[in-house]
Amino acid sequence: MKNSSYDRAMTVLFYLFTAIFALACLYPFLLVIASSVTDESALLRDGYRLFPNAFSGAAYKAILTTATIPKAYLVTIFITVVGTALSLIVTSMAAYSLSGGRLYYGPHIAMFFYFTMLFSGGMVSSYILTTKYLHLQNSIWVYILPALLSPWNLFLMRNFFNDIPKELFESAKLEGAGETRVLRSIVLPLSLPALATIGLFYALGYWSSWAPAMLYIDNPDLYSLQYIIMQIIRNVDMAQNIAVEGSQSTAAVAPAYTVRLATAMVTVGPIIFLYPFLQRYFVGGLKVGAIKG
Amino acid sequence: MRTATIKHRGLRDLITNRYLYMLAVPAILFSIVFAYLPMIGIVIAFQDFNPIMGIWRSEWIGLQNFKFFFQGQDWIIITTNTVLFNVLFIITGTTLALTLAIMLTELGKNMGVRVIQSVMILPNFISWPIVGLFSVAFFTADTGIINQLLANMGWDEIQFYTEAKWWPLILVLFNLWKTAGFGAIVYMAAIVGIDKEMYEAARIDGASRFQSIFRITLPMLRSTITMLFLLSLGNIFGGNLDMIYSLVGDNSFLTNRTDTIDTYVFRSLRTTGSFGMTQAIALFQSLVGFLLVISANKLAGKIDKDSALF
Repeated sequence: MKNSSYDRAMTVLFYLFTAIFALACLYPFLLVIASSVTDESALLRDGYRLFPNAFSGAAYKAILTTATIPKAYLVTIFITVVGTALSLIVTSMAAYSLSGGRLYYGPHIAMFFYFTMLFSGGMVSSYILTTKYLHLQNSIWVYILPALLSPWNLFLMRNFFNDIPKELFESAKLEGAGETRVLRSIVLPLSLPALATIGLFYALGYWSSWAPAMLYIDNPDLYSLQYIIMQIIRNVDMAQNIAVEGSQSTAAVAPAYTVRLATAMVTVGPIIFLYPFLQRYFVGGLKVGAIKG
Repeated sequence: MRTATIKHRGLRDLITNRYLYMLAVPAILFSIVFAYLPMIGIVIAFQDFNPIMGIWRSEWIGLQNFKFFFQGQDWIIITTNTVLFNVLFIITGTTLALTLAIMLTELGKNMGVRVIQSVMILPNFISWPIVGLFSVAFFTADTGIINQLLANMGWDEIQFYTEAKWWPLILVLFNLWKTAGFGAIVYMAAIVGIDKEMYEAARIDGASRFQSIFRITLPMLRSTITMLFLLSLGNIFGGNLDMIYSLVGDNSFLTNRTDTIDTYVFRSLRTTGSFGMTQAIALFQSLVGFLLVISANKLAGKIDKDSALF
């Protein structure tokens, strides 16, 4: 090769650039993990440190002994698991129905969904609808039902189904299989990357949900984890309560600030563990095609 | 066949494919209830809405709500902020994501690339409230990382939570941090789809790496880029509520530079209870956003048919 040294310089440059970005992505995590196991008084004295001077697990002990966080955990797990399952069912059914351009009214139905991505009635009418007509306030379903269908995910899945060879399900239908059967036993098993990717999108949405709690939920038993985080950021008093209650006043300083960080870390947990398993599907699952498909 | 005698093609299709149509029904119902029903609520913008009377019996007051909103200064501030943030996010986000995607694809598949790839999409999986907590570790007075750094260099401390001017920059950086890595994966998925023979042919003809990036990869990505751009354009009036509320909250020192239409609506909804005016703002937002994406799509279709969304 005539320009190999030039090529090598580019390779080094590319590695450098992408690695620096990756490090920047990682840094806040490491900082917060390190700070969350820092002794409270050391944190207040020395500030947030990647390498703290004094360690302490008091914050984690505190959040595990009080009921607030474990309860919010259960709420969030319920929302995420049930929500994602329902979302995937509704989405894949509609996506299959619209795939392959088999329906005469298919394009109209697609437009019907697409329009909701472009135009919305706004937060106020959703609020009034939810509270005054659907009476979903103070119900765990208020986290799930309004978010159940994402048209964007629907089109992602439809585009994926479009690529499945039609002959596969035409022949199954000739043998007498109904549409639901074809969807369940042929289309879905062939679409694991799409299901994993889109399922993860939905799961992330549910897992991160806090605004419904702020608008509709007064009952602390139904607070989601993220809403607790939101409150803790604004208001150290709440972290203070958890810290005082959880540390049973043995510690010299109630670990209020480290409790905030520890809460963040236990909240991040499950998603972080999930994503390495799903990530190999991403490149295959992300078929960003046009709506017209 | 009974259905064969029906002349109307659509009706015939509805009958023969009824099971296939039925599969779409649950999604259609959810769409009607949670997306189309709220559209009826748009009329609240023209009412002196009273929650007890409901939308059927509240008093109609014409454009009063709009007049009130557009007479004040708020709408200029929040509209400017909203558009400014989105434009900055789109430009910086697309540039960084594309750069990362091209670089990583050029580096090929190896252990190092895989690690970088896994790490850079990590932030995408973190909720904004958590990022909000991370940001405290950076920007808080005295103990925050940035202020420690400034102190070490003998510079004055910056009170980030009372000085609004830093926040547009902070928001852009956090947006990049959270979205660029995943955006890169989307572009990488598109690059994988480019015909390998083109690169092969270019290499045989003596094209350098740089040339094949600019002559093959970027042009081939044009319709993906345009499409993602169009999609974000539809959102240009969207206020990034999740992000800004998590990072800034109701901090009134910062709202001049950070308040967007969404955060404004969200706050008014919870604190003022003036539904009519809040809805007027939301309608203004929806309408302008809608017109923007429609015209952008028209334009894209004229330039390049493949890039148009619909």
